[in-house]
Amino acid sequence: MAKKRTIRTIPQERTRPHEQDPVERAKNFSEVTCVFSIEDAVRESERCLFCPDPKCVEGCPVGIDIPGFIRKIGEKDFRGAYDVITDANLLASVCGRVCPQETQCEGPCPVGENLEPVAIGRLERFVGDMAIQERWTNIPYVEPNRYRVGIIGSGPAGMACAADMAKAGCEVTVFEAFHVPGGVLRYGIPDFRLPNEVIDAEIDNLRALGVRFECNTLVGRLFTIEQMIGEMGFDAVFVGTGAGYPRFMGIPGDSLNNVLSANELLTRCNMMRARDSSHDTPLPLGRRVAVIGAGNTAMDAMRVCMRLGSEHVYCIYRRTKAESPARVEEVHHAEEEGIEFHWLTNPIEILGDAEGNVRGMRCIRMELGEPDESGRRGPVPVAGSEFEFEADTVVIAIGTHANPIIGQTAKLKLSSRGYIEVDENLATSMAGVFAGGDIVTGAATVIEAMGAGRKAARGMKAWLGIRDTDTVYQPEPVGGEATILGIGIAEKNFVRVHLG
Amino acid sequence: MGRNGSLEAPGTRASTMLGTSKDSGYGIVTREDFSDVTFLLEIRHPLMAQAAQPGQFVIVMSHAEGERIPLTIADFDRGKGTITLVIQAVGKTTREMQQLCRIGTSLFALVGPMGVPSHVGGARKVTCVGGGLGVAPVFPQARAFKEAGAYVIGIIGFRTRALVFWEDKFRSCCDELIVCTDDGSMGVKGPVTEGIKRAIAAHPDIGEVVAIGPPLMMKACAEATRPHKINTMVSLNPVMVDGTGMCGGCRVRVGGQIKFACVDGPDFDGHQVDFEDLTTRLRRFATEEKSALDRWSESCRMTTPPEEAGGG
Ligand SMILES: Cc1cc2nc3c(=O)[nH]c(=O)nc-3n(C[C@H](O)[C@H](O)[C@H](O)COP(=O)(O)OP(=O)(O)OC[C@H]3O[C@@H](n4cnc5c(N)ncnc54)[C@H](O)[C@@H]3O)c2cc1C
Ligand SMILES: Cc1cc2nc3c(=O)[nH]c(=O)nc-3n(C[C@H](O)[C@H](O)[C@H](O)COP(=O)(O)OP(=O)(O)OC[C@H]3O[C@@H](n4cnc5c(N)ncnc54)[C@H](O)[C@@H]3O)c2cc1C
Ligand code: FES
Repeated sequence: MAKKRTIRTIPQERTRPHEQDPVERAKNFSEVTCVFSIEDAVRESERCLFCPDPKCVEGCPVGIDIPGFIRKIGEKDFRGAYDVITDANLLASVCGRVCPQETQCEGPCPVGENLEPVAIGRLERFVGDMAIQERWTNIPYVEPNRYRVGIIGSGPAGMACAADMAKAGCEVTVFEAFHVPGGVLRYGIPDFRLPNEVIDAEIDNLRALGVRFECNTLVGRLFTIEQMIGEMGFDAVFVGTGAGYPRFMGIPGDSLNNVLSANELLTRCNMMRARDSSHDTPLPLGRRVAVIGAGNTAMDAMRVCMRLGSEHVYCIYRRTKAESPARVEEVHHAEEEGIEFHWLTNPIEILGDAEGNVRGMRCIRMELGEPDESGRRGPVPVAGSEFEFEADTVVIAIGTHANPIIGQTAKLKLSSRGYIEVDENLATSMAGVFAGGDIVTGAATVIEAMGAGRKAARGMKAWLGIRDTDTVYQPEPVGGEATILGIGIAEKNFVRVHLG
Repeated sequence: MGRNGSLEAPGTRASTMLGTSKDSGYGIVTREDFSDVTFLLEIRHPLMAQAAQPGQFVIVMSHAEGERIPLTIADFDRGKGTITLVIQAVGKTTREMQQLCRIGTSLFALVGPMGVPSHVGGARKVTCVGGGLGVAPVFPQARAFKEAGAYVIGIIGFRTRALVFWEDKFRSCCDELIVCTDDGSMGVKGPVTEGIKRAIAAHPDIGEVVAIGPPLMMKACAEATRPHKINTMVSLNPVMVDGTGMCGGCRVRVGGQIKFACVDGPDFDGHQVDFEDLTTRLRRFATEEKSALDRWSESCRMTTPPEEAGGG
């Protein structure tokens, strides 16, 4: 190995991936950020100091061996890097794109104390995308057992749990209410951040593991969890139905026409392809759109409106940019694309015309008040600062409540807010039934949902009495094309065995 | 839920049944045309036939590029493993279905049963009111009340005699049946509220009224029963997308509160429902619906031989 790297010897500048021009991209749905080239990835990998006590790994909710996979990239052993990531995370391409790296792995990166931190997310995406392009799949040799596992919901939580249970040898069926699997990844996050092909590839990986997907299946109503455990013969069930149920403001004008939730807007656009004239679902949008909220959902809604041709898109948020819960990159991209931000502004009324359509909004300016017990300064209204502005569409993105369907149809213990109660192994009050993701925690992140899916899988295996060994990989036949983009990989098709 | 032995013994089990239905889509086994705008489809879906309860609905996509539209389960046959939908061709999607859905073809997607089942409670004497197309969705409730031992008065209303359907089905489960037509060509002349008045006059002890139909009709029914303080349930039909509580597009105002019809309903207390809000919200996509229909009709004219266009 080369001599020890120090903060002075590494490339000082963080490698920038190519991005579509903001003016151009605000009119299309192609991905905003391009993937690193091999040169970029290798160069960025040289910025990692391989800390003996890596803080990034602690910051990662699923504990990916980050220095480990970055080292492999430096050695141009991309397949090896993929193997390291998939030990902890099967959705590398997805998480590399949508994780809030700045608060997870990249936040505590010591390089970031003096320079910009290592671009861990982009490196992860680089590896994940190469795996998709090269059709790498780590299909383990699985000794089938006789257990049948049912997974409710095909979002990241359900997908992660399904993968681990399939790898443990169980027969796994995923039930999804929509006609396509993927959860929020499919209906919520738009193509310019997460292309459909990436989700398809991840789902294909699951299918290759033997996981079956049954779409158009609304569990609770078509059959209940009790029936799954009873008559239908499932030995264990995982509930990953997401948070769903969007909140509205509870202010006058809430139910005017052209007031819609970000979920509705995004579902019509992303899943139902309303923007595509060959699809039937309508999505009328006005010239002036006000989006309430400043999380990832709000950013996505605003940027979709821009792309669909709205002339003005306003972001209305009662706190400041610093408190925005969105990924930093998304806020930055939204600013570049011409979204007009109104921080410290709170809506008090949505104004309607005689036909019941939106014509504008009345808002009030806010300022940061005294810090509360937690030290956070809450926004308080500035007296007399009400003002009105014109808008013809209002999109609400202020969060969600728990989806009520499972609670209505199963005797699971719920919290006072309607989320499913679980113990430390994510077991619910019903024997053999586990739960995780947004339906347990409330709206959170992709990686946390995935982490929960995996944790539930561990709980489930313990409950079923399956030994929780690590994956055993089967040798793959060495194919004809033993290069990735010109780099020899034949010697990398090794048998990986690491038993726990 | 006591659906004894409803699902197959372990081995074949649900997933296989779902699997077969999915590979070939959801097959249409019967089609019946009641008029040039109203038609019935019976669709094979054994699991759904087991699970369906009165008051529930499905979401259908007729093809991969189609819209997701909600339709009430108008009947289910647990033995045959089918559910029945009665559809009025009003816009692009439903007219296209009228033209394309034949016996032997299948639907791209069919999910359900959705919504909270109707509460078939302890009322001894109930009135089930269906207006126009609402006649179909109120049928399972009338039958369920009958099976629960209630005295059932059916009231079904149509514009004219030629549009009447399912009179026989209602006769078989109602102790009394009042048919109303706007033009008086059959039964009582006038709207269904005329029938309600007569029923209440003859039976002061009616414990519950269920009314399904266009918003204006349901509103009129609620007003007709309000002075008599008769509990009146209506089934709301706002525009929906997912049907799982995820989008809020179906929100309605009931008792001053926002409810999502797909998961909190679709049945609500008619005396609490803000019907004005509902009718306004049903106009949400008026422009887009019209232009979609125009575009579609135009393309039909271009591609379909004249004698087939219009279907039925
Ligand atoms: C617009 C948007 C943007 C986001 N951006 C980011 C981001 O950039 N980064 C990030 O980390 N997180 C982001 N999030 C949050 C993240 O997507 C969620 O935290 C995560 O998807 C939760 O995963 P889950 O598996 O718990 O549920 P979901 O992804 O919500 O999946 C639940 C699935 O279950 C199905 N389902 C529900 N009920 C039933 C039932 N009864 N029967 C069968 N199926 C059912 C649903 O249809 C759905 O497909 C975003 C969320 C949204 C809405
Ligand atoms: C819970 C529920 C149950 C329903 N059950 C049935 C049923 O059993 N049979 C049936 O024929 N229809 C039913 N509907 C209405 C049906 O979903 C709509 O007629 C359908 O979506 C229209 O689609 P379209 O593209 O053909 O027409 P569009 O072009 O969308 O609309 C054409 C016309 O229909 C009206 N319309 C649109 N959506 C609705 C709606 N949701 N409710 C009422 N009118 C609407 C529009 O105002 C417009 O005038 C139900 C709706 C709900 C919410
Ligand atoms: S249809 Fe989307 S929440 Fe009811």
